[in-house]
Amino acid sequence: MEKPHPYLPNSAPDVKEKMMDDIGIKSIDELYSDVPEELLYTGTLDIPGPYTEWEVRREVSGILEKNTSLLCPPFLGGGVWPHYVPVVVDEIIHRAEFLTSYTPYQPEITQGMLQVIFEYQSLLCELVGMEVGNASMYDWASALGEAARMTSRLTRKSTFLVPSIISPSRLAVLKSYAEPAGIKTVQVDYDKTTGLLDVEDLKENMDDDTAGVYIENPSYLGFIEENVEDIAEVAHDSKALFVVGVDPISLGLIKPPGEYGADLVIGEGQPLGNHMNYGGPLLGLFACKSDPKMIRQMPGRLIGLTEALDRPKRGFTMTLQTREQHIRRKKATSNICSNQALCAAAGAVYLSLMGPQGMKELSEVVASRARYAIRRINNLPGVRAPIFSSFHFKEFTVRFSGITVEEVNRGLLDRQLHGGKSLVNEFPDLDETALYCVTELHTKKDIDLLVSSLAEVLEG
Amino acid sequence: MTLRKYRQADWEEPLIFELGREDRVGFDVPSLEPELIDAVADITEFVPSGMLRTKPAGLPEVSEIEVLRHFIHLSQMNYGVSSGIIYPLGSCTMKYNPVVNEVLAGHPKMTEVHPEQDESSVQGMLEFLYKLKSGFLEVTGMDDGTLQPAAGAHGEYTGILLIRAYHQNHGELDSRTEIIIPDSAHGTNPASAIMAGYKTVEVPSNEDGGVDLGALKSVVGPQTAGLMLTNPNTLGIFDENIAEIAAIIHEVGGLMYYDGANLNAVMGKCRPGDMGFDVVHVNLHKTFSTPHGGGGPGSGPVGVKALLADYLPVPDIVESDGIYSLSYDKPKTIGKVHGYHGNTNVMLKAYTYMLSLGGEGLKEASELAVLNSNYVAYKLKELRGLSLPFGEGKWRMHEAVLSAAEMEADTGVRALNVSKKLLDYGIHAPTTYFPLIVPEALMVEPTETEPIEALDEFIEAVKEISELAYSDPEEVMNAPKNTTIGKLDEAKAAHPKTICLSWRTYCTMAP
Repeated sequence: MEKPHPYLPNSAPDVKEKMMDDIGIKSIDELYSDVPEELLYTGTLDIPGPYTEWEVRREVSGILEKNTSLLCPPFLGGGVWPHYVPVVVDEIIHRAEFLTSYTPYQPEITQGMLQVIFEYQSLLCELVGMEVGNASMYDWASALGEAARMTSRLTRKSTFLVPSIISPSRLAVLKSYAEPAGIKTVQVDYDKTTGLLDVEDLKENMDDDTAGVYIENPSYLGFIEENVEDIAEVAHDSKALFVVGVDPISLGLIKPPGEYGADLVIGEGQPLGNHMNYGGPLLGLFACKSDPKMIRQMPGRLIGLTEALDRPKRGFTMTLQTREQHIRRKKATSNICSNQALCAAAGAVYLSLMGPQGMKELSEVVASRARYAIRRINNLPGVRAPIFSSFHFKEFTVRFSGITVEEVNRGLLDRQLHGGKSLVNEFPDLDETALYCVTELHTKKDIDLLVSSLAEVLEG
Repeated sequence: MTLRKYRQADWEEPLIFELGREDRVGFDVPSLEPELIDAVADITEFVPSGMLRTKPAGLPEVSEIEVLRHFIHLSQMNYGVSSGIIYPLGSCTMKYNPVVNEVLAGHPKMTEVHPEQDESSVQGMLEFLYKLKSGFLEVTGMDDGTLQPAAGAHGEYTGILLIRAYHQNHGELDSRTEIIIPDSAHGTNPASAIMAGYKTVEVPSNEDGGVDLGALKSVVGPQTAGLMLTNPNTLGIFDENIAEIAAIIHEVGGLMYYDGANLNAVMGKCRPGDMGFDVVHVNLHKTFSTPHGGGGPGSGPVGVKALLADYLPVPDIVESDGIYSLSYDKPKTIGKVHGYHGNTNVMLKAYTYMLSLGGEGLKEASELAVLNSNYVAYKLKELRGLSLPFGEGKWRMHEAVLSAAEMEADTGVRALNVSKKLLDYGIHAPTTYFPLIVPEALMVEPTETEPIEALDEFIEAVKEISELAYSDPEEVMNAPKNTTIGKLDEAKAAHPKTICLSWRTYCTMAP
């Protein structure tokens, strides 16, 4: 390049020359002498730049500005949700000491991050009612895949039962993880009135090969699964493990899975202080009971509390690394290396700020707003919300008649609002139905605006 | 050069659970509007009986300033690229994480976008993702790709699933059961292959650190599904036989997988696609400057040659007349590996970095990474007790693996001790004991973003440690002393009777 680049301090000619002199070369190309000539790339990479800082800001912001501005957060959920991120969370995770550090393989100099992750594991356990949490998985979907594999390792069985009402993309990821391990995924039917898992159908699907039974609470379509104790019993009677996937925001109001027999709890930790970011990075939650056999089969990193060797002082370190790929290689419980540590740190800060009262209030506020929205939307002519009779937390189905979901959403977008996710392709049996989501970020005014806009769109 | 006297902070910071008091809050949750309260009444009455949380979660009750201070204290007890001196952690490419990347990644039109939004409302998002993909395909010389994998190992798993799908579609799923992996490979390689249902076959390295061709020929056959390789390899040596290796694998019908962990050595100099690789993953958190965040999030996009394109995960981002959309039209797809589109926020940082350097700058970055590593290796190998095994007389690429075997034999000071002593100088340790084929390995990767002064400071520190090892080995073996804490009781941390993975468990343990 013509002039030294700010990221490349040794590109200044005199430094470069001194270094080349020191090691005895005349040209950088000598260092690439092992690359066979026919493999040397002689072209110039077709990538624009170099841009100065100001230019790159203008260019990249310019591209982002093409994303539509909405009057309020989208009424979308399903696995990523619009929730408020307190400013303290972003302040902390932007600290260079955290942001620009690697995995804490050198515990003496990274006690800070180790303690943060230990606290994250601990806070997660309090929220879901378990004793052991890992340091994070990539997202809910991959946590589900890893959970299925873990139940299979623990039980030496290879069928994994899941609800029929599940996010199709989460199901697809589950299959990507399960199928190569020889694990069969079977979907259990649901009650057409309540949406709840059909416990009779579950019983019929249980057999000697069932490794795990998985439910989600709230379910993908937003209602609370009530028959949890029955489901746990059915699973445990067959020596299968009971796995529950959660939206952590619901746990200020809803009973935690640890209190109804879950052996493994997974879920999506994004709403714990992480922005939506078009779906990544997310935070795969993963927790289990304090059972040595289970802990040994956990995927991913675990941070443990221990002591200094030279004095009585508490300290933290990565532990049970013999489960992990960098030690155990092909015998590892998972191949995961980089995880979502900084998202977990955000989760730790978030839960610390919220406290027990904050989580309770937030949960109640979210469910109340959703309930208000459900009532108002259900009053619109030709609209039914929700289609199932169960209690819904923050997501709910809205079924339209005489108009398609696509037409509704286009009408809303014209009014700078984003409607719910179309379920037309995912669940064709449900006709023209969409999955709406309301959180604390949707004020009464926002919900009223949605309702009046829907009314306009419906009137044509 | 005088080395600085480093002392890391130790705030003796309590656990967050030990702070605060009853009824204290760190955040004020927005309340319901009065009319709304009237409309919905008490929500707890609608929760199905038995499903209401009766006992609030055992979270701490802490005010905002206490939370802030607690975590800032903890940050000061941590070490990062931007807050330290040099982070020569081999294989991890701990280069500078530009601040402008973070600023742009915080743009509300990045952070507040939902992944299920209508395509028409996320044109900017799709545009940069499309352009990032084109950029990484250009650097790697591949034809098509996916951005879904959230990390390098996730990319490996995806890549192996693609190889698997290819063989399945050619009726050879059951016959091709083996993935070949060199003994110098990253631990993720065998772990990923096993996860995808393969057996792994290890091939030894030759004296140059490359794949032993004779050994390779003896293990390939109709059962070979593919080979996983990083080039330059984990010794930092470019395997000059790469074309022949690819030919051996392709001749028996296997496919070539490129572990992109070491791509930082060769951007604009040579491309995996030209070396004969069929599938490659790239670590955006290494080569493309996105921060490691204390362990993640990373991003591990996968590139493929045309023969694997049909199997890529869905959706694909496509462009037509300047309009971007998501396409699910891939009947042979392996499905999905991530709930959405991958770690998109990380990708924005990588895209920003790509533009900041441009094609020419990326090439210069690789050249300087290689220059820096050879400069350091050249000086370190001269120090007493250290050597540079394998590849006698060969230049290193982006990293170099020194051995402290002689030092250990002479003084008892091991690679681990050298690493720990470096911490006392405020310098992060190199990677130790990897690759496994080097005894007492110290794997050093300075990256291109370190100025010569930082390299010299690192070299001087190692020199002082080497001298100390021969004069006062105990002093080295007792390190570190200047860090927040000294050596830890790892046995206690892992023992079934004393293992403590949460506050909940801690509370049940005897003092």
